Amino acid sequence: MSMEKGTKDKGAKSDRKHLVVSKIKNGTVIDHISPGMSPLVLKILGIGPGSKEAVSMAMNVHSSKMGKKDILKVEGKFISDEELNKIALIAPEATINLVENFEITRKFRVEPPEVVENIIKCPNQYCISNSNEPIKSRFRIFTDGRKVVAKCDYCGKKLYSLQDYI
Amino acid sequence: MSILKKEGVGRFKHLISIDELTKEDIIYILRLAEKFEPIAKGKKVNKSLEGKILANLFFEPSTRTRMSFEAAMKRLGGDVINMTAQEVSSVAKGETLADTIRVVGNYADIIVLRHPLVGAAKFAAENSIVPVVNAGDGAGQHPTQTLLDLYTMMKEAKLEGSKIALMGDLKYSRTVHSLIKALALFNTTIYLISPPMLRLSEEFIEGLDTKTSKVFEVSLEEVIDEIDVLYVTRIQKERFPDEEEYRKVAGSYVITLDLLRNTKESMIIMHPLPRVNEIATDVDKTRHARYFEQAFYGVPIRMAILSELLDGNG
Ligand SMILES: Nc1ncnc2c1ncn2[C@@H]1O[C@H](COP(=O)(O)OP(=O)(O)OP(=O)(O)O)[C@@H](O)[C@H]1O
Ligand SMILES: [Mg+2]
Ligand SMILES: [Zn+2]
Repeated sequence: MSMEKGTKDKGAKSDRKHLVVSKIKNGTVIDHISPGMSPLVLKILGIGPGSKEAVSMAMNVHSSKMGKKDILKVEGKFISDEELNKIALIAPEATINLVENFEITRKFRVEPPEVVENIIKCPNQYCISNSNEPIKSRFRIFTDGRKVVAKCDYCGKKLYSLQDYI
Repeated sequence: MSILKKEGVGRFKHLISIDELTKEDIIYILRLAEKFEPIAKGKKVNKSLEGKILANLFFEPSTRTRMSFEAAMKRLGGDVINMTAQEVSSVAKGETLADTIRVVGNYADIIVLRHPLVGAAKFAAENSIVPVVNAGDGAGQHPTQTLLDLYTMMKEAKLEGSKIALMGDLKYSRTVHSLIKALALFNTTIYLISPPMLRLSEEFIEGLDTKTSKVFEVSLEEVIDEIDVLYVTRIQKERFPDEEEYRKVAGSYVITLDLLRNTKESMIIMHPLPRVNEIATDVDKTRHARYFEQAFYGVPIRMAILSELLDGNG
């Protein structure tokens, strides 16, 4: 899928009409997050109570592409592509904008990872990943049409709405 | 790359799931089992696993599977140490499976594991310095059972292109689930026969690779004259709300001499055993009955697996 095209006068326009939260100097803007998913995105990135980075969040804001979307702006933390790609589990359309000195220096669309550890909790109570063994949950990720599907590497359970298990 | 396979065709580190095996892998194991059959029967002697020790770790009781592994190991000159369900609950109280596996891996050259939790064997393999064979992980996998079922079909009927009816509890039976997946690799026609509440799930059927094999839900009467194999499984009382309902349903899924009148001469009947009353005992003496041969074939199949994992074949 192609990403939304930028317009030449976006700076001025965004500042007034669309930039719901303030600009960041250095950091990561996570745009086009499925509406309502931004708290879970922070959870996936391990950002929460006790974290140092400054985060601003816009939820359910208007998007010409998606109707509604969430946006997260994280300042002062380097987040690896590997970490960012985990966002695709719950927000497959999310775009990442890396900001340096107020300018976007790189933009990419998240891609679901092949395997994720310790993010998804297996709902099968008889799965070894839910025992008191020293074990990390591990799911293989694949796509079924436009849906992101996760399969437990231990018990084979398939999950379709991943946000319920994160 | 899979943790379960070494480089090269047909070389395995562990045996955890039938899904890890390709059709070529399966055929390779079945051929190897064929070589071991005279040794399994005690007609030939082979001590290729002399000096090797197998540890049976059974966190759930299963005399039959455990004995069959023990027979296979001993026929090849190896030794067996056992940790029974009773010992598991007293000795290993509070100890994790990961620790037990690490400890036992220092006593034995190969571990055979049965455990109530799904995925336990895979997790054990991840923590083991010696090969692990899954002998049943809860509702999960029991690959040597599937292999011996395939072997029985290959030896007593045919495997490639055959017509197989699976009858009984198709919903919960792990034996049936693994078998169907494997049969789908062999250009088979699979007929499903079960009470409505014990049907194979839609999701399972949809997940099958039906490029080469076909799956149909039928009644036994419709297919009895064309099938090569009738695979019968037990219908468990626990699945029913009351005794009355169970008797009614289970009673109509019993194989009797009468039902077998229109079958092909060569049709074989299989059952993973133990049977309760799914097959009338007077069927045992017909040319169709193969369930006791099937139980025996567990020995050469397990010999092939042990030999392969311990590199002792030859
Ligand atoms: N310095 C900054 N601080 C905070 N947010 C920024 C900064 N620069 C851009 N953004 C935000 O990053 C997102 C992407 O910016 P961009 O200017 O590329 O917009 P766009 O053309 O709409 O991009 P897209 O096609 O990805 O939607 C927008 O939500 C924008 O508000
Ligand atoms: Mg935009
Ligand atoms: Zn699981």
